[in-house]
Amino acid sequence: MGVGLLNTIEVILNGLMTGVMYSLVALGFVLIFKASGIFNYAQGVMSLFAALTLVGFQSGQIPFAELINAVFGTDVHHFGFTMPAILATLCALAVMVLFAIIVERLILKHLVNQEPIILFMATIGLAYFLEGFGDMMWGSDIKTMDLGLPQGGSFWFEDVTKTWAAEGSDYWGMYVDVLDVIAASVAICLVIALTLFSQYTKTGRALRAVADDHQAALSVGISLRYIWVVTWAIAGLVALVAGSMWGAKSGVQFSLSLIALKALPVLMLGGFTSIPGAIVGGMMIGVGEKLFEFYVGPMVGGATENWFAYVLALVFLVFRPQGLFGDKIIERV
Amino acid sequence: MLYREAGDFKTTYADDAQTFPIAFDRWRYYAILIVAAVIIPLVIDSYWAKSIMVPFLVFSIAAMGLNILTGYCGQVSLGTGGFMAVGAYASYKLMTAFPELNIFFVVLLSGGVTALVGAAFGLPSLRIKGFYLAVATLAAQFFLVWLFNKVPWFFNYSATGQITAPERTVFGIAVTGPSVPAYASYLFCLAFVVLLAWLMRNLTRGKVGRQWMAIRDMDIAAEIIGVHPLKTKLIAFAVSSFYVGVAGALFFSVYLGAAEPTEAFGIQQSFLVLFMIIIGGLGSIFGCFAGAAFMIMLPVLLKNVMAGALGWDTTLATHFEFIIVGGLIIVFLILEPHGLAQLARLMKEKLRLWPFPH
Amino acid sequence: MSIHAAEAAKDDASYAAQEEAHGIEPRRVGDVVMEMKNITLRFGGVTAIKDISFDVREHEIRAIIGPNGAGKSSMLNVINGFYHPQEGEIWFRGEKRGPMRPHEIAHQGIARTFQNIALFKGMSTLDNIMTGRMTLMKSNFWQHTFWKGGAEREEVEHRRRVEEIIDFLEIQAIRKTPVGRLPYGLQKRVELGRALAAEPKLLLLDEPMAGMNVEEKEDMCRFILDVNDEFGTTICLIEHDMGVVMDIADRVVVLDYGRKIGDGTPDEVRSNQDVIDAYLGVSHD
Repeated sequence: MGVGLLNTIEVILNGLMTGVMYSLVALGFVLIFKASGIFNYAQGVMSLFAALTLVGFQSGQIPFAELINAVFGTDVHHFGFTMPAILATLCALAVMVLFAIIVERLILKHLVNQEPIILFMATIGLAYFLEGFGDMMWGSDIKTMDLGLPQGGSFWFEDVTKTWAAEGSDYWGMYVDVLDVIAASVAICLVIALTLFSQYTKTGRALRAVADDHQAALSVGISLRYIWVVTWAIAGLVALVAGSMWGAKSGVQFSLSLIALKALPVLMLGGFTSIPGAIVGGMMIGVGEKLFEFYVGPMVGGATENWFAYVLALVFLVFRPQGLFGDKIIERV
Repeated sequence: MLYREAGDFKTTYADDAQTFPIAFDRWRYYAILIVAAVIIPLVIDSYWAKSIMVPFLVFSIAAMGLNILTGYCGQVSLGTGGFMAVGAYASYKLMTAFPELNIFFVVLLSGGVTALVGAAFGLPSLRIKGFYLAVATLAAQFFLVWLFNKVPWFFNYSATGQITAPERTVFGIAVTGPSVPAYASYLFCLAFVVLLAWLMRNLTRGKVGRQWMAIRDMDIAAEIIGVHPLKTKLIAFAVSSFYVGVAGALFFSVYLGAAEPTEAFGIQQSFLVLFMIIIGGLGSIFGCFAGAAFMIMLPVLLKNVMAGALGWDTTLATHFEFIIVGGLIIVFLILEPHGLAQLARLMKEKLRLWPFPH
Repeated sequence: MSIHAAEAAKDDASYAAQEEAHGIEPRRVGDVVMEMKNITLRFGGVTAIKDISFDVREHEIRAIIGPNGAGKSSMLNVINGFYHPQEGEIWFRGEKRGPMRPHEIAHQGIARTFQNIALFKGMSTLDNIMTGRMTLMKSNFWQHTFWKGGAEREEVEHRRRVEEIIDFLEIQAIRKTPVGRLPYGLQKRVELGRALAAEPKLLLLDEPMAGMNVEEKEDMCRFILDVNDEFGTTICLIEHDMGVVMDIADRVVVLDYGRKIGDGTPDEVRSNQDVIDAYLGVSHD
């Protein structure tokens, strides 16, 4: 095989891995949108918050240390112990469930029957709140996350691919981050688990019923509020997974919440209500932006990843407003 | 009894459509205008101009722009920061390319350039609606900021990648550049605010405003009545971008003096302006001012209280700002989706009856 | 239904007799304004309208009736350009209509009301009806920007006409109320006002009396007849209430399962066997 082709394959592979990460965040959006019709802008900040909480527990940080120090004039930072990754993850998950309950109690309950755009703006408010709250609780410095997962390029894969190139060519093999592979596998497991959950459990059925028609679901005795708590908790779980994967890859910091913005074009491609759509959309965006950066980026000064996804989604939507998997919209009056 | 509508009869339909239909409002607004144009410039110092009045005026204009698009025409945009950048860079290029051109026209022309760019990004709005459009406007935001970062022509090939506003004068008094008297920058912005607020009132009280609101409230019915959807939306995008562009030009040339796109015109500016109109009130001119005042003064107030009075770390104050702003947005949407403007209306109702309960 | 229809028939007969006795002229009916030729409309595999032809004459009240899902609303949507039929021709005022967007058709002089009220909820009654005059306003954007060059004058002129409509519909008191706050019956009336404001050549009414009580229905009937009488507006309406239709319509088209099964004066339609079958529910095979 030629070096050019191998390079392209490498770019596509890396794009796919990144795409899976985007899909993971997009998945959280889809879940909440289907169950409550809310376009949850805060999903990205939820990932950041979950990751911060995970790291915080793991390293034994004292919550609100800065505030306590400022108010009481003390100088406390850590409890002085560390937590195993598994336990910290469970604790963080518990916090996310608590968060879901609080959101339902304090916000959703009061915004029933509001227009979607009002709900959307409310989640922007929630995102701001959570961002400030997370930073206040755990501090705003960049944290590294160590879940004990292997990281770095796979030598085995590099060696294998090296042999694909033509004899004597100056080719060093493909670089694929092991962590990306693990993240992709986790994402796939999560999707399978969620699908099984929604197909085969009672709560899952109720979830789908609510997604279909709120009124009808209410009339057969499904508690809407319970379902909302469940969906937001699941979205919290997805946020935790996404947050810890992204966090392990590039550190836990504010930019983590920006990957949520990347999930938006993914949703526009895949449609807001389709789980397969979110996955395929994510991969398309991942591969698309990597390829674009690889081929066109050098010509225009690079960093095209900042906007490529949005422009791609924009152009795509102009030609197919219902997204990849959406049904054709028949407007009625 | 303090606020009177009764006895204020109108004998022509023209009177009923004037800028301030109620006599009491009219007098009050004239009084505010006199205070703003005559008294404040006499007492303003550079701290007040820099940290409160000028940003307040600049963001009022941006909020008016976004309110035209979102509050009146119902198209949510998250690209305000990007369009402000267009205004800023247009003003920079115009200032450096035509040094003789009066800064007043530079700002207006920058608005015009932004209007064209805004209309171009508004084209997809015919096919994309609601959240989809909001997300699509993110494309404008990220693409424009990237463009101004990467294409050296926009920043005249300066080594730092920054743009710096040269000194320009109005009637011999500097309004941009390093040595601007506080009152001059304030009055220069005020002139634009008054002009643009008047134009906005004109646009929203007649046919154009009704077309926008018809599209906002029910686009299908609007089209069946004879409203051209694309034309109406494009006009809204263009007008809105004009306002935002003027705000961006003023923000850069009068307020910042020097700017770099990612910092000055990032996505956070888009959200800031969006929050202003949510808190102030969608579809209300007064709301733009109320929201801008609120969002500009809150951080200053918090910083003064927490960093100044309590002696806390400023980063902590910033965290509190996020929490309070986010919390307030949610509270506002729950209690009063129509914002401060609606609260003011309710207050008027109360005042009209006061001191009698009915 | 049959009892209802029979009663309606009796009423109609006596009304006609009264008219003759008092020497009132029957409504003037002119030439064909609009002609639908062999219209077929499909959504994917579903055929909503199958090969339907009918015409509407000037100054008449033309009713389209039929059971649920018969294709009545789709027919109205075809007339005002919201749906585009796959087959067939539409002739309006002597010209064949090409593929047009709804707003272009509005400019040709076709206005309508909607089955589920489609008012602009955030706007006042006055603004809603003023919006209805959109097609008649000539001032451009720049004139409005500076409120000069005839923009103000035009607003005032049109306001005067709108006030006439407000008087006619007896909704003076709610002139400045946001329509979202109005009760259903009044909203229907405002919607009629908005359609009338366009001074249409052809007015389409989609179930103008749906969901109304008896008094509101009587009011609405009176308004429809008055509009037809005073302004000479051609009206094409869909209605479920057979009694009402038989009373006010000049001619009736009956649709069933997307096909036309009857067309003619109320009396002719009433005696049509297909129509009776459709309404009494003979099985279709």
